[in-house]
Amino acid sequence: MEDLKMDIEERICTEIWPKPSSQNNLAKQVNQTQPSFSNFGLQKDQSPWEDSSLRDHGVRIGPPFSEYNQASDQIRSSLQSNNSKNSNQDGGVQQTNESLQIGKAQDWDPRAMLNNLSFLEQKIHQLQDLVHLIVGRRGQVLGQSDDVVVQQQQLITADLTSIIVQLISTAGSLLPSVKHKIAGPNPPPIGHLGQLGGILYNSGVGSNAANAKQSSGGSQKVPDQPNPVDPAGDTDRSYPIEEHDLKEEDDADEGENLPPGSYEILQLEKEEILAPHTHFCTICGKGFKRDANLRMHMRGHGDEYKTPEALAKPNKGNNSETMLLKRYSCPFAGCKRNKDHKKFQPLKTILCVKNHYKRTHCDKSYTCSRCNTKKFSVIADLKTHEKHCGKDKWLCSCGTTFSRKDKLFGHITLFQGHTPAIPLDENKGAAGPSEQGETAHGEKSKVAQNISFSFDSGSNNGGGIQDMIDMKSTIDDPSGCFSPLNFDSFSFSGFNDFTRAAFDDSDGGLSFYIPGSCNYDQKNGGQSSCSNLE
Amino acid sequence: MKKQKTAHRGQELGQELKLNPFDFLSEEIVFTILDLLGDNPLDKKSFSLVCKSFYSIESSHRRALRPLRPDHLPKILARYPNTARLDLTLCPRVTDASLAVVSSSCGPCLRSIDLSRSRFFSATGLSQLAARCGNLVEVDLSNARELRDPGAAALSGLRNLERLWLGRCKLITDMGVGCIAVGCRKLKLLSLKWCLGVGDLGVGLVAVKCREIRNLDLSYLPISNKCLPSIMKLPYLEDLILEGCFGIDDNSLAAVKQGCKSLKALDISSCQNISHVGLSSIASSTEGLQQLTLAYGSPVTAPLAASLKKLIMLQSIKLDGCSVTCSGLKAIGSCFVSLRELSLSKCSGVTDEGFSFLVTRQKQLKKLDITCCRQITDVSIAHVTSSCTGLTSLRMESCCLVSKEAFVLIGQRCHSLEELDLTDNEVDDEGLKSIGRCSRLTVLKLGICLNITDEGLTHIGRSCSKLVELDLYRSAGISGSGIQPIACGCPNLELINTSYCYAINDAALRSLSKCMRLNTLECRGCPLITSLGLAAIAIGCKQLAKLDIKKCHLIDDAGMIPLAHFSQNLRQINLSYTSVTDLGLSSLASISCLQSMTILHLKGLTPWGLAAALLACGGLTKVKLHATFKMPLPQSLFEHLETRGCVFHWRDKAFQVQILKEAELDPKSWRLKLEDIVP
Repeated sequence: MEDLKMDIEERICTEIWPKPSSQNNLAKQVNQTQPSFSNFGLQKDQSPWEDSSLRDHGVRIGPPFSEYNQASDQIRSSLQSNNSKNSNQDGGVQQTNESLQIGKAQDWDPRAMLNNLSFLEQKIHQLQDLVHLIVGRRGQVLGQSDDVVVQQQQLITADLTSIIVQLISTAGSLLPSVKHKIAGPNPPPIGHLGQLGGILYNSGVGSNAANAKQSSGGSQKVPDQPNPVDPAGDTDRSYPIEEHDLKEEDDADEGENLPPGSYEILQLEKEEILAPHTHFCTICGKGFKRDANLRMHMRGHGDEYKTPEALAKPNKGNNSETMLLKRYSCPFAGCKRNKDHKKFQPLKTILCVKNHYKRTHCDKSYTCSRCNTKKFSVIADLKTHEKHCGKDKWLCSCGTTFSRKDKLFGHITLFQGHTPAIPLDENKGAAGPSEQGETAHGEKSKVAQNISFSFDSGSNNGGGIQDMIDMKSTIDDPSGCFSPLNFDSFSFSGFNDFTRAAFDDSDGGLSFYIPGSCNYDQKNGGQSSCSNLE
Repeated sequence: MKKQKTAHRGQELGQELKLNPFDFLSEEIVFTILDLLGDNPLDKKSFSLVCKSFYSIESSHRRALRPLRPDHLPKILARYPNTARLDLTLCPRVTDASLAVVSSSCGPCLRSIDLSRSRFFSATGLSQLAARCGNLVEVDLSNARELRDPGAAALSGLRNLERLWLGRCKLITDMGVGCIAVGCRKLKLLSLKWCLGVGDLGVGLVAVKCREIRNLDLSYLPISNKCLPSIMKLPYLEDLILEGCFGIDDNSLAAVKQGCKSLKALDISSCQNISHVGLSSIASSTEGLQQLTLAYGSPVTAPLAASLKKLIMLQSIKLDGCSVTCSGLKAIGSCFVSLRELSLSKCSGVTDEGFSFLVTRQKQLKKLDITCCRQITDVSIAHVTSSCTGLTSLRMESCCLVSKEAFVLIGQRCHSLEELDLTDNEVDDEGLKSIGRCSRLTVLKLGICLNITDEGLTHIGRSCSKLVELDLYRSAGISGSGIQPIACGCPNLELINTSYCYAINDAALRSLSKCMRLNTLECRGCPLITSLGLAAIAIGCKQLAKLDIKKCHLIDDAGMIPLAHFSQNLRQINLSYTSVTDLGLSSLASISCLQSMTILHLKGLTPWGLAAALLACGGLTKVKLHATFKMPLPQSLFEHLETRGCVFHWRDKAFQVQILKEAELDPKSWRLKLEDIVP
């Protein structure tokens, strides 16, 4: 992702994705808010995998993809290409998009600095005017209420703070250490840097209101605007999604406590994540399945990649020394792995990003062929599951299976009302010994005076089957949670599969009739009755 | 019986007036009368036979049932619709069908069911029970060795269950117990003793889910320190039994940071991995402990006693089978404020010095067990009797160094004694005369006391009128003239053992027949007893449930017939070496609740007579037979009887005649022989 350090100065990230109810609407909105883009054909069909679009993948935050239909995706991709074309233009176009800025790893640009300084100058002038105004008013109206005075004071203080912050950050862009401190995932004080037209780093994720407001009020900052500098408040409002994204993500792995800014955050696009490649050219972004192929590809980017050292397997030690630590952000807005999340937890590698994105934000399209219930979005997960499918013998009443008993008991301890579910073939086995000489034998025992004990079981057998069939018909439930299970318990197949049906408390009696009836045929020639059924 | 007579008179009166006088009695009054009816179940039967109204009143009054045969369950339960407690311990065969009958006819009335002696039921029956009898509070499933997790899962439907016994349900695993833990949240008592399939996970889940638990028996479970902390967090736990939990050690006890304040009784017997270190950590976390059982554990030394110092509330401590040091005993004596109960049974190393020090400090002792403390002498007994005058129970079997004078002291000083075990001691008539002053005695054990005679026993009979249990096993100095004052003076006598008191004769039995409450009579090896004496017992002692007349050669069928006729409560009989034949044995079939028979070496018994008797006695659960009967009878007969719930014990011992004459009739030589074997 070296492209971040590349020569793109202006990155225009105009990701305003107000609920895309329709294409036209969206297009209109974009047109309104981003007049500069009107030149570009919105419907221009262009592959997102073009080099230009790849360049900014580190900084763009994708909208929640799942709610978007294919059409909107197309728009988006074309927009991306627009953006990137725009960004390729020379000259620091004063961006109207006022959004959070993160002083990203970026080489110092004197032109941008100049811009900043002139802006600051302008700002100071404005402030000066304001103070003049206040002084003048105070002279006129002495009996002004305290409230107004306080308000004015706050206004000035806020403006001053803003200026100071901007000054510091402008200077700070020269110093790597300062820069990284500011470059945290949530850097509120530099919220207005966007006006400087420097490196735009859009993180106003899918927030309609915030974006609209920012874009409208960006260019002409009026001094008497209420709370003109309240970056924290602004950012807060611009993250409406986070507010209700309280659920912790499952795959919050090892609490890697890297201080924010000590690493570089990269963010891949959804399309890139879902692409079948894992190795990407840091220059052109082309993806490869194998690292060796990528290295071969790199030769085309210059002679420095043609040396034997460059073509050899990269040494770990070298990389970590020279390069900044890299961490990845999920493009899904509101996700805990998204860099705009309050409790952002970065992902370590691209593979992590891919797996995370597929597991968390994608449909589970791979279904286990054995159990037909478990679904996965990562094919490796499916393969892992298929290895153990059917071996997860610890079953909860909720239908969840566990490979280990202690995991099941931990689950039951945690959830109210969940019960260990006893697999039915155990039930079957249990009924066997305890049922020696069931009622029919008992009846015979009364006739036993003549001491002739022939335990004829032909009649029982028939009864057993009858019972079973009855049972089956009663269980024929649309919910169908018992039917596969019945089949399992009736067919004495060698496949030692446990039923995956929920063990229902209320139906507990019902579920245990089955083994009872099973027991008959097990005792009295179970095989024959079995074959009858099948 | 009295009631029956009055009832008869009433009926006559009613016939005269064409009116039933009992109709004027309010139901409440009749209920009160019924409440006062005694233990004999036959009394209530007679009552209900008086008239139709009495019958219906008795039917609606009865709450508890203990049926003899599962076959009659439908009728019985129809007759007694208000049955709340159903005790099926006399029905060895309870099938799912029987349980279906119970669940459909009792329904929500049923509060308690005891299946601890029953077999042949499965999860199906239990789930029916759970579905229909939702108000069950108490279920005893002990000894359900074939019960598996589905059965336990069926129980989880009983939401109101408070007390559950699952002892020896060895096939139940964590899964089944987990189901119970989730389903039966109101459990207050849970016994999982010997449920070897249950481990940390199941017990841990019980501790997490059933917060109401008061009593928890986890004896012999393979549990370790993993579940102990959650057990100790149970807010109401009072009684915890961890006997034989080898997985629990000092580390696991040390891990219990949060102690159980409510815990009152703790049993960590046979936990060999717990030393004084673990004890001190548990002592600091359970300050309210009142009872502590450390039997068969680590040696009782001074550090161990010191580790228990924090248990200021401790009232009872049991150290059975531990090795004890003198300093340990002294420390126990000085550690605790007021022990009420102390058991040093079978402890090695109990000496006069340590023990005397202990008892002089613990003057509040009520119960003292020094069984087999073979090193203590008169000195200790003198100290015990002088300081612990409030003793109610003293067990000192086989304290062989204690001389006969010491027993006089016991009688002189400990007048509150209710239970006294002097088995295998040197006590003589003089001692018994003194012990006669303990007028509250209910249990007196004088087995193998070779120095006592009829004279001493006469003193007991005269003064100890509350005596319930008297053991004279092999106290050969006793004859009929000693039994006679006992029978006259102790009307409450329920149990008497005169085995191998060869001088016991029919006269003794005739006098004992006056003891109406007698339920256990053991007179094994009394060759003078004849059928006449037995007949007298049968007629007089209607409560007789247990009879041992092994080696009473003179008893024959003539003794069996009155027994079969009158002793309708007889459960257990030993007829080995008697002269009973096919006829006598078959006649016993009329005793409907007969469960256990031992019939070895009956000369007059033929295989076919045996078969007839076995088939006729419908309620048999246990029969001891000589192996020679196995061959002549068809295997299917035994199989059939086994499906009825009967278990056969086959013995292959030779007929003992010589030993009987030489050794058994002379207890002194028997004892000498015993001492040869046990040095």
